Amino acid sequence: MESKEFLKLMVEQTGVSGFENPVAEVIKKTFATVADDVCTDVLGNVIARKQGEGDERISVMLAAHMDEIGMMITKIEEGGFLKFIAIGGIDQRTLVAQEVKVHGKRDVFGIIGMKPPHLLSPEEVGAAIKMQDMVIDLGLPIEQVKELVTVGDLVTVHRPFIALAGDFVAGKAMDDRAAVAVLLECLQELQKIRHKADVYAVATVQEEVGLRGALVSTYHIAPQIGIAIDVCHGEMPGVPEQDTAPMGKGPNIALGANIHPKLYERLVEVAKEHNIPYTIDPVPGPSGTDAWAMQVTRSGVPTALVSLPLRYMHTSVETLSMADVKSTGRLLAYFIASIDKSFVEGLLCY
Amino acid sequence: MLLKKLSEAFGPSGCEGEVRNILMEELAPHVKQWRRDALGNLIAVKGSAGGLRVMLAAHMDECGLMISSIDRSGLLRFRKVGGIDDRVLVSKHVIVGSKKISGVIGAKAVHLQKPDERNQVIPLSGLYIDVGAKSKEDAEKLIKIGDYAVFATEFKALSDTVVVGKSFDDRAGCAVLVEVLKDEYALDIYGAFTVQEEIGLRGAGVAAYAIEPDLAIVLEGTTCSDIPPSKEYGYCTTLGQGPAITIMDASVICDRRMIAELVRIAKDHDIPLQFKRSVTGGSDAGKINQTKAGVPVVVISVPCRYIHSPVSMLNLADFHNTIKLVKLFLKSIAEGGFVL
Amino acid sequence: MKELIKKVVETYGPAGSEAQIRELIRSEIAPYVDEMRVDALGNLIALKRGGGKKLMLAAHMDEIGIIVTHIDKNGFLRFFPVGGLSPLTLIGNRVMFENGTLGVVGAEKLEAQKDLSLNKLFIDIGAASKTEAEVKVGIGDVACMSREFADLGTRLVAKAMDDRIACAILIEALKAVRKPTYDIYAVFTTQEEVGLRGARVAAYDITPDLGIAIDVTRTGDTPESITMDVSLGKGPTVKIRDSSLLCTPSVRKFMEEVAQQNNIIYQLEVLEAGGTDAGAIQLTKGGIPAGVMSIPCRYIHTASEMVDYSDVQNGVKLLVGIMETEFKG
Repeated sequence: MESKEFLKLMVEQTGVSGFENPVAEVIKKTFATVADDVCTDVLGNVIARKQGEGDERISVMLAAHMDEIGMMITKIEEGGFLKFIAIGGIDQRTLVAQEVKVHGKRDVFGIIGMKPPHLLSPEEVGAAIKMQDMVIDLGLPIEQVKELVTVGDLVTVHRPFIALAGDFVAGKAMDDRAAVAVLLECLQELQKIRHKADVYAVATVQEEVGLRGALVSTYHIAPQIGIAIDVCHGEMPGVPEQDTAPMGKGPNIALGANIHPKLYERLVEVAKEHNIPYTIDPVPGPSGTDAWAMQVTRSGVPTALVSLPLRYMHTSVETLSMADVKSTGRLLAYFIASIDKSFVEGLLCY
Repeated sequence: MLLKKLSEAFGPSGCEGEVRNILMEELAPHVKQWRRDALGNLIAVKGSAGGLRVMLAAHMDECGLMISSIDRSGLLRFRKVGGIDDRVLVSKHVIVGSKKISGVIGAKAVHLQKPDERNQVIPLSGLYIDVGAKSKEDAEKLIKIGDYAVFATEFKALSDTVVVGKSFDDRAGCAVLVEVLKDEYALDIYGAFTVQEEIGLRGAGVAAYAIEPDLAIVLEGTTCSDIPPSKEYGYCTTLGQGPAITIMDASVICDRRMIAELVRIAKDHDIPLQFKRSVTGGSDAGKINQTKAGVPVVVISVPCRYIHSPVSMLNLADFHNTIKLVKLFLKSIAEGGFVL
Repeated sequence: MKELIKKVVETYGPAGSEAQIRELIRSEIAPYVDEMRVDALGNLIALKRGGGKKLMLAAHMDEIGIIVTHIDKNGFLRFFPVGGLSPLTLIGNRVMFENGTLGVVGAEKLEAQKDLSLNKLFIDIGAASKTEAEVKVGIGDVACMSREFADLGTRLVAKAMDDRIACAILIEALKAVRKPTYDIYAVFTTQEEVGLRGARVAAYDITPDLGIAIDVTRTGDTPESITMDVSLGKGPTVKIRDSSLLCTPSVRKFMEEVAQQNNIIYQLEVLEAGGTDAGAIQLTKGGIPAGVMSIPCRYIHTASEMVDYSDVQNGVKLLVGIMETEFKG
């Protein structure tokens, strides 16, 4: 499948942290076409395995999280208005006047309502509306609301996939399903080239609430190398250049304490050798990605991190370039093809 | 002097190689078996008594800086590695990168500041490292993005007992551990020099996972605020009053049985001892304590004033008493005088 | 059961100092379990054999408290919190040390109420000097709230309802269960209030097939309270999420089914802030299915935590139901 088509299928599915099943089904089906086997673990991580060649095999885990931020119903108020909290880090300012889907007995459309500007007091004008003051309005009488919705039901922003000019695409949950699309690109590329590594491509759960899926799946797989694929902030006005990466200029390869220096070096070498554009990302402390959890699993895992530049992170219009998805997938495939047992052993020789 | 060598070594979190080399060299005559792991922890293995497995841990890394970009003019922008107070950065001498390039941290001169700026902390965005490069191209010959930097502080003795230098947190602990490892004990000793403590206690947990200790002792250079304007109840520790035992911090509650035994030993051998009188901050002990089915831990520290700044201060009597106390504790464990 | 509740809530046992409460629970459950042991962090792990899968039930026996960090020349104690403690709840309150010493919390002169913070507070144990104070209390000693259990009829009030009410429920359930369908590991955990620490290591050691924590939860039924659809008296809750975990959907469903089959009223709980032992259990090793049953509780982390007795009794029934029903998820 084309990675753009796969990405569209994924971002139009729901998969809020802890409840990833709908999007996981899409991923399982697609991964099954390119992997030797696909399974799901206790927390719901989707693990696709593609076996390497020969007797001196090594293991590499690739992690991209499939969960998205969302909301959860906490109470049905009089009049049938729904109160909610965030699951994951939502910018409350982006919620106002959104169309949403409440995933109750069936998917119900709703609006996140607000007081009209005409009725605002002078103090309210210009101040952000707090999430605790927002309600979801289903436009239905309370009896019907109570039939359809219960406390704990999930809510997502209604946002079909948007193809922008050129190869740019936009939508919700591009963070980090665009990286799941990278996994597909990588697995497809690996069908064409020889590799000694058993590759575990993992679509992880619950990253947005604390890297939880990567923690348990890395424990379970116990890989010799772990690579997280996530998103970073794409270049845009108003943000210092040093805090962003250019769009469409390839993966942003991280370095720093969370990254094994030899993995960083090899990724850069491979990119140069295959003329894959890349930028670099100095990370002085916590990377805030699955790589952070993978690195300290069991007695330690050498980890790396590559990121896709993405604008408007944690909103429903996350925007990125498909060229970056493709080049990152190729980079990972060539990297995997380049490593062997002695390289892995060398990772323990500081 | 080992403490001087360790204090002056270049070793921010994620870049502990130089410290690791000094330690291996120093311990070469005393340690036959070394282990290293995926994160760069260095573990000295001693004894094969088949008895209790004791893990001793001190972290090699220090707080520092990382170069994030290079301006057109050749000035370096940076990010912090670990918890450095922004206020200590301005007007300091730093060493940058593997080529050890000298640089200074500059900011807008006092003459150019508006009156209200003078009372404000200079934000990181207002600071830069100047290595004397004339342009971006010029700087790129010396420096790479992602290079680390540390303060260029020289170790000095201010008196027979008081010394100053950078990174006593936790090179003081490393030095204590080296001295302890020079002795022999009828125990299985795992001396773990850990990485990445300052950015989230990263090394100690994976080291403990591999070691599976029965108990662990963490050696630290810890907060000491026995200076004005602190009130007495806010001192945390007091310089010169002996090793400090942690009862609880933000990451761990230490084992009461181990604390009681340390108190007994100190009393019997006339070693001054104090309790750390604050529970803020975390330590490697937190991760070790939570490893696998749980590990009893205790933290023993050398009090250090002005940690996480370019220059910290410690009392050598505290330092030597810490070594003495730890050695006696290990002997007591080996002799079965202390049972968990 | 009220007698048992009174005993467990009044016993001393802040995080890290659980010896007294552990001994009390040990003696209560001894006749009803097959094995008992205490691990490196002080967890009390009791095994009741029923065959089949391993079910870990966790109720934390620690409570919030304070730790002494300084004794001044006049015998006043300075302290830090052990667990989440608000200064608003402390002034004039009494605390109790492990050796029974009582103290009262006083405050420095404050210019305004908003200046109140924990470092403006001190404890007075009635000593006139440092020397006199040190006879009773030393640096590093830990105290809990001192408050008697009160039976208001339907509603019960005490310190440490969080989480001794769950300890009492687990004890009663161990007594009441007739046909356990699991090897039940009843774990009375330590150090929950400082970061789910006991449950984390116990779960690693046990590696259960299913983990369920029993804890208290906040309510939305008091004047101008938080927005939360949980009230006293409407039954124990089946948790959906809190800050520490998103309960495994199959476990939530299982718990709801057990309640429905046994005609036990229950509520669904979405807790915005707060964590439970189940958060640690779920992320153990390669992942463990985990859920939580909570008892609604008002005024959590004060000296007067209030629960409803019918919720407690229904909690015992639901827990026994869980013990006797096979989890197929």
